[in-house]
Parts: sequence; structure tokens; C-alpha cells
Amino acid sequence: MTTMKVYLTDMEGKDHELLATEEWTLMEIIREGGIPILAQCGGSCACATCHVYVDPAWKAKLPEPSEEEVGMLDGTFDVTEDSRLACQIVFTKDLDGLKVKLASGSI
Amino acid sequence: MTETVAQNPIQTDAVIVGAGPVGLFSVFELGLNDIKCHLVDILDKPGGQCAELYPEKPIYDIPAIPVCTGTELTERLMEQIKPFHPIFHFGQMAETLTKLPDGKWRLTTDLGTVIEARLVIVAAGGGSFMPKRPPIKGIEDYEGKSVFYAVRKMDHFRDKNIVIAGGGDSALDWALNLQPIAKLVTLVHRRDEFRAAPDSVSKMRAMVAEGKMDLKIGNFTAINGADGQVTSITLVDDAKNASDFPCESILAFYGLTMKLGPVANFGLNLHENLIPVNTADFETSEPTVFAIGDINTYPGKMKLILSGFHEAALMAKKAFTYIHPDRRYRFQYTTSSSDLQGKLGVEKDGA
Repeated sequence: MTTMKVYLTDMEGKDHELLATEEWTLMEIIREGGIPILAQCGGSCACATCHVYVDPAWKAKLPEPSEEEVGMLDGTFDVTEDSRLACQIVFTKDLDGLKVKLASGSI
Repeated sequence: MTETVAQNPIQTDAVIVGAGPVGLFSVFELGLNDIKCHLVDILDKPGGQCAELYPEKPIYDIPAIPVCTGTELTERLMEQIKPFHPIFHFGQMAETLTKLPDGKWRLTTDLGTVIEARLVIVAAGGGSFMPKRPPIKGIEDYEGKSVFYAVRKMDHFRDKNIVIAGGGDSALDWALNLQPIAKLVTLVHRRDEFRAAPDSVSKMRAMVAEGKMDLKIGNFTAINGADGQVTSITLVDDAKNASDFPCESILAFYGLTMKLGPVANFGLNLHENLIPVNTADFETSEPTVFAIGDINTYPGKMKLILSGFHEAALMAKKAFTYIHPDRRYRFQYTTSSSDLQGKLGVEKDGA
């Protein structure tokens, strides 16, 4: 079995290589990778405390955010066109190597 | 229901900090053990996260309830604890906890409620729900003076040039409510879409069209002013152009987030913002202070509502020994014990 990875930059600019598992959400991959992430609602798209920026090169590989996710982003700050909620990104093989950055309000 | 007089402390057996599902269920377990409770919660309603974060979302892992929403779970718990007549102190934050010479605890809230109890049950989940604060440098210098997260007195905004930030119901409702008395209301939101009651959105759009309200789309990135008085804010639009525009007050409505808050100063041992407990009775480093639900930690802990329910039952067993030291603990089932059924006020059928 090949191991898949997610590359995460934390709030201090430090890079982390995280073990990724298919069908897990990105929020779970970050949390189980030992990186503090608030994710207060536990992954139900109800709090906007797992806000990440997806590397522009990877954006096209992700399904479009739902209306609910876009709406929930109203409850956080420094939202850009790369903003997503990590709990709404389900990891697939196509995403091996995904690069993301944690946003303020998620730690 | 809200006490504001500090002179006469309330006397009770146990004070529960947090009225989420676990705090509510501990009323039941304590009640079966003849222990009376008061509860304090910063929200204006019971349910904690179930009520605030996901009232309409389904929960599937409550034993024997295949599915219910956060609101339904709260309602069922409220029904279940009714026989024990808990007293709630909503809309206030448990602020200080001090030990009295007689071994009791005195808990005070930010509204001045004082509760003296033999036992303290910390069931505070992820902490206190507090308004999300925009990550703007120096914003704390303005808070309470010209930057607010709630409207206490509408009159405070009379004839003022105010900015209301956010795109949900709170932002829209206050924009509409304050528009008639303010000099100018400018609604600031990151996108030209609003997740609020459609009626409020159309009213707001109509006012903007008539020139009675301003709407600016962008992220506000800086507050300018001095001595706590804002004079203008900086807004960055989609094209990344920054512009300043004058205002006298800012109301920011970005929802709530959980912060541990004053519980951190209760004098309990903490580990990564959680309260370590032993798994025999969920007592903390301080005897007679318990921590149950998401706020505690122990080897193997899982942050599930059902874990908190289990913890409440074991906590209550130990609590009994403190409140009724003269009585022998009797393990009973609600199914068969007429004693417990009497406490619950239920008729025994077919007997």
C-alpha cells in the first residue's frame, strides 16, 4: 500500500507532512496528524473553525464547495478565493500531495 | 430567573457550570441521589453546543434514539429532568470560584449572581461561547468603547455613523433596527450574498436602493482611531483595493466561538485546556469539584455525548457521599425501585 500525504503549513509558517487516508476529511487528517485545529463543531459544517487555504494549484482538483460551506465561511475572517472548510473536503487518491495552509480562527 | 442581587448568595447542594446535554443529564443523576442543583450557562437557553452550533443537525449516536436533532435532544433532556426542578441562570458566565472556610464553594457570575454550593460540577464543554473577534491589530483597545459584539442599549447608537459587519441574521436584524435612529448604517460583508431571513435581506436591499443604508462588499482589515474611539475603518474589496471610510461605532457579528474562559482560573489542574479527572468518579484535582463531558480528559477519553452521560452517573454516585455522608449508598434501578420512581413522580403500573 502506498502512503498518501497532505502538506500543511501551520500558522507559524512551519510545514508538516501528514499521513492521508482515503475518505477521511481533511480536518480529520489534520487533527489525527497531531496538528491543533479547533474544528469546534466536530465536522458538521456548523462553526467555521477549520478554515484552510488550499494551494491554488490544487483548487481545480477539489469539488466545488456547497452553498452551506460558502455560507459558513461568513462566520470567519481573512476569507480569500482559496478558503475552504477542512471538514468539507473528503480525501481521495487524486488529492495525494494536497497542499493547504491553516487560517487564523482555526487554532 | 436571572439573579442580579449579590447580597444574598443562593444556597444549594451542587452548582453545574454549563447547561449542555451533559450538564442537563447530571441534574437527573444527581436528582436520583437527592442532590439539588443550580445551573449557570452563558447562552440564553439550555443545550450548549447542541443548541448553539447544530440545533437542526441530526445526531445518530445517542443510545436508543436512532436520530434526533440538537434541539430535540435538549428538549428531551429538559423533559427528563423536570421532576428535579433545576434552577437555571442563563445568559451569564461563571466567573470566579472560591473555597469558603466551611468547605463550600462560592461561584460568582459576570451578572453578579452568587451561588454557594457544597459541590461544583464543571460541564462546560468547549468553554464559554463568546463572540468571534475579528483578527484586527489593536481591536481590544476599542472594545466596549466604540467596537461592540452585541447591542445592549439601542440608544447608544443614536445619531451615530455605524458600521455593522457580518452577513447573518444578527447583522441584518441590527442593521434594520438601528437604521431609523442612527445617522448612517453601513453594512459590511465579504460577499454580496446574505445567509439571513429572506424578508430581512429584501428589506435591507430596499433600503440600500433608496439610499437609506449603505452596503459595502469586502473584508475590513483595520480600525483607525485613538483612545478607543474609532474614526474610520479600512476595507479591502475583491480587487484587493483598500479604502478607508469614516465611522464612529462598529458592531461585528461573526457568530460565536468557544473559549475556555474563566474556568481556567478556577484553580483546577489543566492539561491542554482540559481538566484531568480520575475515571472512578470524575473528580478533579480539587475534591468536591467534578468535571464531566467534553471539558475533561483521561486516558481513552472520547468526546461523545454518551461518554458525558456515563460520567454524570459515576460523578453523582460520589457526589452522594459528600451530600449525604450519614446515609448508606444504595444502588437502584429506575425500573424496579419505588424509591426512585417516587422521585421521578411516575406511577408504578400493574403493581
